[in-house]
Amino acid sequence: MLKQVEGSRAVAETIALCRPEVVCAYPITPQTHIVEAVGEMVREGTLAPCEFINVESEFSALSVAIGASAGGARAYTATASQGLLFMAEAVFNAAGMGLPIVMTVANRAIGAPINIWNDQSDSMALRDSGWLQLYATSNQEAVDLHIIAFRLAEAVSLPVMVCMDGFVLTHAYERVDIPEQAEVDAYLPGFEPRQLLDPAEPVTMGAMVGPEAFTEVRYLAHVRQMQALELLPTLAREFEARFGRDSGCLIQRYRSEDADTIVVALGSVVGTLQEVIDTLRDAGHAVGVLAIRAFRPFPLAEVHDALVDSKRVIVLERAFAVGQGGIVADSVRKALQGLPAPIHTVVAGLGGRPITQASLRGMIERGMRDELPSVTFLDLQTDVVERALERERTSRRSGPVAEGVLKDLGVKAMQYV
Amino acid sequence: MSHQDIKFYQTGTFTVGNRLLDPEQRSVQSTLERTNALNSGHRACPGCGEALGARYAMDAAMAATDGQIVVANATGCLEVFSTPYPETAWQVPWVHSLFGNAAAVGAGLAAAMRVKGKSDVRVIAQGGDGSTADIGFGPLSGMFERNDDVLFICYDNQGYMNTGVQRSSATPPAARTATTPAVGPHPGHQRGMGKFVPEIAMAHHIPYVATATVADLRDIEAKVTAAMSLRGARYIHILVPCPLGWGSASHDTVRLARMARESGLFPVFEARDGEVTDSLKIRHQVPVEAFLKPQKRFAHLFGKQRDEEAIAYLQARADRNIRKYHLLEA
Ligand SMILES: Cc1ncc(C[n+]2csc(CCOP(=O)(O)OP(=O)(O)O)c2C)c(N)n1
Ligand code: SF4
Ligand SMILES: [Mg+2]
Repeated sequence: MLKQVEGSRAVAETIALCRPEVVCAYPITPQTHIVEAVGEMVREGTLAPCEFINVESEFSALSVAIGASAGGARAYTATASQGLLFMAEAVFNAAGMGLPIVMTVANRAIGAPINIWNDQSDSMALRDSGWLQLYATSNQEAVDLHIIAFRLAEAVSLPVMVCMDGFVLTHAYERVDIPEQAEVDAYLPGFEPRQLLDPAEPVTMGAMVGPEAFTEVRYLAHVRQMQALELLPTLAREFEARFGRDSGCLIQRYRSEDADTIVVALGSVVGTLQEVIDTLRDAGHAVGVLAIRAFRPFPLAEVHDALVDSKRVIVLERAFAVGQGGIVADSVRKALQGLPAPIHTVVAGLGGRPITQASLRGMIERGMRDELPSVTFLDLQTDVVERALERERTSRRSGPVAEGVLKDLGVKAMQYV
Repeated sequence: MSHQDIKFYQTGTFTVGNRLLDPEQRSVQSTLERTNALNSGHRACPGCGEALGARYAMDAAMAATDGQIVVANATGCLEVFSTPYPETAWQVPWVHSLFGNAAAVGAGLAAAMRVKGKSDVRVIAQGGDGSTADIGFGPLSGMFERNDDVLFICYDNQGYMNTGVQRSSATPPAARTATTPAVGPHPGHQRGMGKFVPEIAMAHHIPYVATATVADLRDIEAKVTAAMSLRGARYIHILVPCPLGWGSASHDTVRLARMARESGLFPVFEARDGEVTDSLKIRHQVPVEAFLKPQKRFAHLFGKQRDEEAIAYLQARADRNIRKYHLLEA
């Protein structure tokens, strides 16, 4: 059903359609609206049977999901930022045990300095936790990817993170088509666990494994991610046949077939990029966008094929590896190994800084003129950075960096809600 | 419960044990249907109190629920000695996730059983004192506060034994551990106020809290049975001597547990809905020395010069427990 609805509400309604049996969560902005809405549906009885558990931390949220999944229940949780890091140990554990939990990550920056706004530092920090990671570019995709996520998770017995940009998607009111229950039921059958804690057939789960078999167990986790790489397009085709939308493929290309310059990105910035690409196309430039929807497993072959004919690649990153550079760019580089096209990293939109069309357009044009360095921080205020560095050069007790930067900017304290 | 009749010529042997009692008074261990939930063949040290306590607790829980038990176990000695794949000593469905999350995993299991319509399947979460009092304390308190239908059993050996005997917040004052060496003006573990989780559990007003020691195995059975007759969050804290960590003889495990109880250092009681309802009385109070002296971790108190001040400090703690829990009154 078509609705004008907040992203979080759309996701919550979709979660309910997926019939989770245990939902547990701990509030953190910008995830709260999702779990509040799911909790209400459980209370009202519109989502039943389902146990909603208000836990005392994210570490327990995911641990409850681990217990629930091991007990044979379809389990869901949602978090963001500090919350994702607080549960990090359990994140690896859920993947290691092969428990098909689905978790929404409402992407948000990680402190310090504490910051509630959107970037993708949180899910990127846990990209190698063994979870499958899908990134939504719109609220419609967020809805669709959650349905696909449950199906995928249970098919390969691995947990899935559905990443959607905090505020930009979670709090945006958009027109979204939320499927009917019968359609979702037909697409997503009930959960049949591969392993189950059952007194009728006692098994031991999560025990120790030594050097004699650890490599094999880890390798099998990799194999299952590779299986997901093959399975996801099939599930996406099936989804498209049933719901009439292409939402689940590994990548999504936009005007990139004959493009010299292709911008690669994940998440909601793809929408802005498409508009910029349209204006540049109108001006006669051969540019396009490649959205990566599945970051884990990483679709090396698809990315290669999408970029192989381009003259240059710009990877727009909403997070970065401090001391190293681009995270996504590294994987893209691997996909394009041996090819001459230069690959640029552009770090943008950290901690909620708006990524404007003007900045994007200017950056892409610099790229087309081959003037982009290998790593760029979009809209970086270099004068402020210089002043902070100068302070550190001249004074030992230079004080908290963040405070100094804001003082230099002359910014008054922000009002937090 | 079915039982075997005892032949006259068997009565003098240990194997007969409490089969001489009336059937209803006998231990779960004496029945033919005992489940061996924690089976033999595991790798605990000889005389491990934790293995003994876990075996009695789990078999009692199995007997009380007709075998409908699932277990979440924290990282620690019990987890390690019972399970390296492909071996497992557990005859119950059992999961180990992390060091600090057993209570939350248990809560998830309980939710799964409810939603799956399998409410007859009961959940036990368990771990050592480190997982209970320290790293898993938040999740445990959360489980209590929500009154999740989980029995949490803490096997308290008063330290992080699995990692090589470091202090925990359940380590007694003056005890030597790898991180509280017996050097300096106050050798051994600091004189903190301590953290006695049963009292904190009671502060959550959960339906059932009890303490026990491996000196009274029938008491463990009775308390686990009582806990399994109730729903909601329940907590049993069992003192389990650790020969390796305490520096005691393997054959002294039960004796030391008894000395801990009979000195008053470890109060054994039962509490319902936040109020103490019963305590196991001390028949003959022993001085704390009787508990301390056989253990190498307290050897520095009994060196060339006895540390009278530290011994008196510990005696005062024991006396306080005796007053507080009415351990000497009839
Ligand atoms: C997060 C984390 N920190 C530390 C450890 C290391 N570790 C494993 S078991 C253990 C101590 C266990 O102590 P306790 O819970 O008292 O159980 P015991 O071995 O004494 O029975 C420690 C520190 C770990 N596994 N995980
Ligand atoms: S170290 Fe202590 S608790 Fe661990 S197995 Fe040995 S005796 Fe038992
Ligand atoms: Mg311990």
